[in-house]
Parts: sequence; C-alpha cells; structure tokens
Amino acid sequence: MNTLPNPESRAQPVIQIQKMNKWFGQFHVLKEIDLEVVTGERIVICGPSGSGKSTLIRCINRLEEHQEGQIVVDGVELTNDLKHIEHVRREVGMVFQHFNLFPHLTVLENCTLAPIWVRKQPKAEAEATAMKYLERVKIPEQAEKYPGQLSGGQQQRVAIARSLCMQPRIMLFDEPTSALDPEMIKEVLDVMIELADTGMTMLVVTHEMGFARTVANRVIFMDDGQIIEQNKPEEFFNNPQSDRTKLFLSQILQH
Amino acid sequence: MTERAATTSILNNSEFRRILYQLLIAALLIYLGWSIVENTIANMEARDIRTGFGFLNETAGFSIMMSLVPYEPGNTYGRVFIVGLLNTLLVAGVGVVLATIVGFLVGVMRLSQNWVVSHLANIYVEIFRNVPLLLQILFWYTAVLKPLPGPRQVFERNTEIYFGISNRGITGPEFILLENFSFTTWTILLGILFTIGMHRWSKHRQAATGQQFPVVFVGLGLIIGLPILIFLLSGAPIEFTPAKMGRFNLSGGITIIPEFLAVLLALALYTAAFIAEIVRAGIQAINYGQTEASRALGLRNGTTLKMVIIPQAMRIIIPPLTSQYLNLTKNSALAAAIAYPDLVATFAGTALNQNGQALETLAITMTVYLSLSLLTSAFMNWFNSRVKLVER
Repeated sequence: MNTLPNPESRAQPVIQIQKMNKWFGQFHVLKEIDLEVVTGERIVICGPSGSGKSTLIRCINRLEEHQEGQIVVDGVELTNDLKHIEHVRREVGMVFQHFNLFPHLTVLENCTLAPIWVRKQPKAEAEATAMKYLERVKIPEQAEKYPGQLSGGQQQRVAIARSLCMQPRIMLFDEPTSALDPEMIKEVLDVMIELADTGMTMLVVTHEMGFARTVANRVIFMDDGQIIEQNKPEEFFNNPQSDRTKLFLSQILQH
Repeated sequence: MTERAATTSILNNSEFRRILYQLLIAALLIYLGWSIVENTIANMEARDIRTGFGFLNETAGFSIMMSLVPYEPGNTYGRVFIVGLLNTLLVAGVGVVLATIVGFLVGVMRLSQNWVVSHLANIYVEIFRNVPLLLQILFWYTAVLKPLPGPRQVFERNTEIYFGISNRGITGPEFILLENFSFTTWTILLGILFTIGMHRWSKHRQAATGQQFPVVFVGLGLIIGLPILIFLLSGAPIEFTPAKMGRFNLSGGITIIPEFLAVLLALALYTAAFIAEIVRAGIQAINYGQTEASRALGLRNGTTLKMVIIPQAMRIIIPPLTSQYLNLTKNSALAAAIAYPDLVATFAGTALNQNGQALETLAITMTVYLSLSLLTSAFMNWFNSRVKLVER
C-alpha cells in the first residue's frame, strides 16, 4: 500500500477512517480501510465494479453501517447514536447515480425541503438560498417545474443544488454521471469542476478519468474491498504501482 | 386511378362501413330492448301482475329488528326502504372506516423489521383474504356471537345494566344530554376551529421564521382534553338510563344487535386484509432511493414518511382503495344471509315476498347500489386527481 505524504499537513482531517471493516452477511465488502481526508481535498475513487467504492462513501454518511473500526466525520464518531448520525448527515451532502429527486415536489421544493425541516430556516430564506444554488448549476428557470419534466443532466444538476442548499462541508458523489446520456455528462462535470474551484471537500466515485486528472488531488484505486493504491493523479496514471491498477487502467483507458 | 376510384362500390368505403355497422348494432339493441319491455308488459298483464310504484305507499305490516328512524309495522313499504337503506349505509360506512384503520395498520405492520409483528400481519392477511366472506359472516354470527350465554345467564334478575354482552348483542344505557352539556359541545367546536386556525398560523410561522409548532399534540388537547375538563366542571351533564333485566328479558337501554356486529366484523376484517396488501404494495413501490436521499439530506424518519413517502404512496394506494370501498359496500348485501335488516333483506326480501312487485323493487335496489358506487368512485377520482403526479 502506498501512503501519501500529506500535501496540507497542517490542515485538520475532516474524515478519519481507521481499520474499518464491513460485511454484507457473509460477504466481506470492505477490508481494513484506512483513510484520512483533509478539508478542501478532492478525491476520486475508482476501481472495478463490486470493489466496494460505493459502499465506502455510503459508510461516511451512514447509509451503510460498518461493523468494525472507526469512522470520524467532522469530529463526530459514527455510532448508533442518532444525534451523531444527524449531525454528520447535516454536514455531508450526497449525489446519487439515479438522482433520487422527489418527483412529487417542484425543483424549488426539492431544494428547500431539508433546509426548512432540518435547518429550520424560514421559507423565504430557504428559497433565496435555493435560487442562488440553482443559478450556480445554471437552471434557475426550471425552479417551478417537476423533476419528471427535466432531462437527466438537468435532474442531476438539481440534485447537486439540493445537496448544496444544506451548505454541507463535504460532498459525496456516487457515480454521478453513470446514468446519463453521453451528451449530458459534460454539463454535470462542469458543475462539479466549478464546485471544486470553490474549495469544497469532495469524494467522487466515478469512471470519468479525465475528471480525475484535472480536478482530483488524490486518486484512490480499490479492488476486492481494499484500497490498493492511492496517489496524485499524474503519478497514478503515469506510474501505477500494482499490477491490478495497471490492468484496470489498461481496460478503462483503452479507447 | 380516378376511374377506378369512381367505379368501386360504396360498400368498400371504410367510412361508410363504419357508420353502417354502428347503425346496425344500434338498431339491433333498440329492437332487443323494445321486445323485452313489450314481452314483460304483455306477460305481466296476462298474469294479472300489478305494475307501478304505488305499492310504496301501502302498509308493510311486518316488524324490523333494528332501525335508525322510528318504524312500526303500520308504516309503508316506502318507510321500509328508508330503514333498509339507512341500515345498509350504517354497516357500510362504519365498515369502511374500520377496514381502513385496520388495513393501514396491518399493511404497515407487514413492512415492520420485527419478525413477530410482520409475520402476525402476514398470517392475518392470508387467513382473512382467503376465506369466503359469506363464511366469515356465518362464523362471526353462528360460531362467535350467538353461542354467547343469554341475558338470563349473564344478568341477575331485576338489576340495572350499564354494560353487558350476551347473545342479544352489546347492551348499554340510554343517555340523555342535559342542558349544561351545550358547554361541552361548544368547547369541542371551538377546539376544532382553534386547531384549524393554529395549523394555519404554525404554517405561516414556519414559513416566516422556520420554527415548528407541535400542532397535533396541542390540537388533540384542545379537541379532546379541554372538552373533558369542561364536561367535568359543568357537572358531568349526561343522564344515563340503564337497561333493566326483568323476569325473562331485557328492557330499555341501547342494544347493538349481534347481526350488525357479525356483518360489520366480517366486512371490515375481510376488506382490511385486501387494504393491507394495497398499502404494503403502495409503500414498497416507492423507490428505496427516496428514503436514502432523504436520509442523506438529514431528514428524520418521521419527516421522511410525512413529506416524501406517504405523499407518493397515497397516489398508488387510492385507486385500488376505491375499489375496495365499493366492494365492501356491495358485499354488505350478504348481510341478508343472517337476516341483518339491510336494504336487501328488508326491502328486496321480506317486502318483496309480500307485495310481489319484483321488477320495481329490484330496479330500485339495484339503482341504489349503482348510485352509491358511482358516488364513491366520483369522490375518490376527484381526490386522486388532486394529488396526481406531474410528468412532463
């Protein structure tokens, strides 16, 4: 395993994962995971399907429970304590492969639901914030429409805006472009690149290696529930260490 | 080209054919309907059978064991119709409410993580859904309620009875509301108005400041708690007249007859099993991603249910729920099997046997069920269209 000299060694780690293990029944999905993320880091996680990369980031906001080891997010350890889980989920936003927008609410209502019910914001304030983020993802004119009336790319941008409305400190992306038609991938990646420029801490599970090259400051390769290799993008792509990484890269970069 | 088109017979014109077929079918139907009516009238005249609705004003002459409006044997068949209709509406109305409550409860229980709870619900659904309704009515009536001991075994002679269960059904006291009770009535009404106002106010306040207010708890306190307090403070102004056990029989009081209870239980529990399945399917049809997205945003489970899951599930649940309500109402006609005096047992049963005017009686009865069903589905369609999902 390749440990990295911390580029911003003085920065506080915002996510600390130590010796974390997780099983689905008999199946050992995550094995002895160690990971530290500091504020402002942009991490791309890649690897073959079934390698546990989605499960890993879903553990960070407790959509999945880990069985062994420790996960500390924003100074709070994830246990069965509901208060802890609520705190972490308020600070961690997530974007899903299939958008998971609420189809019975308008775009604006999708964005204001959590700020109103979780942050207890006044409606006017929540709507103003929502419009600000809808503008940032470049669809303020769709605010009154329903998700079913939008294209896939637009829906994913709404999903990003919805998460940002909670003003999270960390954003998790679980294959955000995998369910999109090719011509819509760029509009979503553009929004993500702009978000990265604002200094947001991001963990992105994706197969978009171009995005990894330009945006990430660390690339993590996972296989068989383990972190096999992690490095800066140029090192990772030009000089992969393990055979499994080489094989994976040769398969994914062939064309 | 044009020459050929001109020479082709008009019989080959698709437009002409379409109209021709429709005309032929319409003519056939009119002929059939007319011949049925004519035949019936001719036959009825030949056998000296009266026609018309004059019989509704004639004296019925038989007694009915339960009626919501005053009725005695000297009343007319028209009155029998009212009594039967009200009894049908009562058992169907209470049945719908009960079936909905039990159905939603069991449906949610089936989705429980708790093994015991979900399996209990499962067993309930499988038993009640798979036994014929008629058999269930007979079960509650002949196997559960009728074998109960009679009033002479249950009650001591010459005692006053405030509550008791025997094979006569559930017996309770008659009650009269005294003058002071109006305080309680007004408190309840004011409580309801206040709660509606409070609901609006709290919505406004949440929109303006983000603060939430426990409307449900305060509302329950205003509508239930406060009236109870006022009721007690105003001197509990209800006068109970208990039933009396005489030498042989009960007199006075209020009795809920076992026929009603049997029909109600059977209809409600049978339909509830179907409603439970509808509710379960409705909730399960909501993609799990909706729950995950809500959690990732930090919404609590209660808020997720209220704002995300239930609004979506209701859209799936309402249409099949409507047909269960219709089924329950129509199935209440099976009450005739144990002589619960519903519309079918009284008006289309005893009354029809006496006056013999089958055509009119059955036409009226069928119209009643048809109107009830159409009214119910009109209401449910209106309700459904209000909550429909916008797609494109």
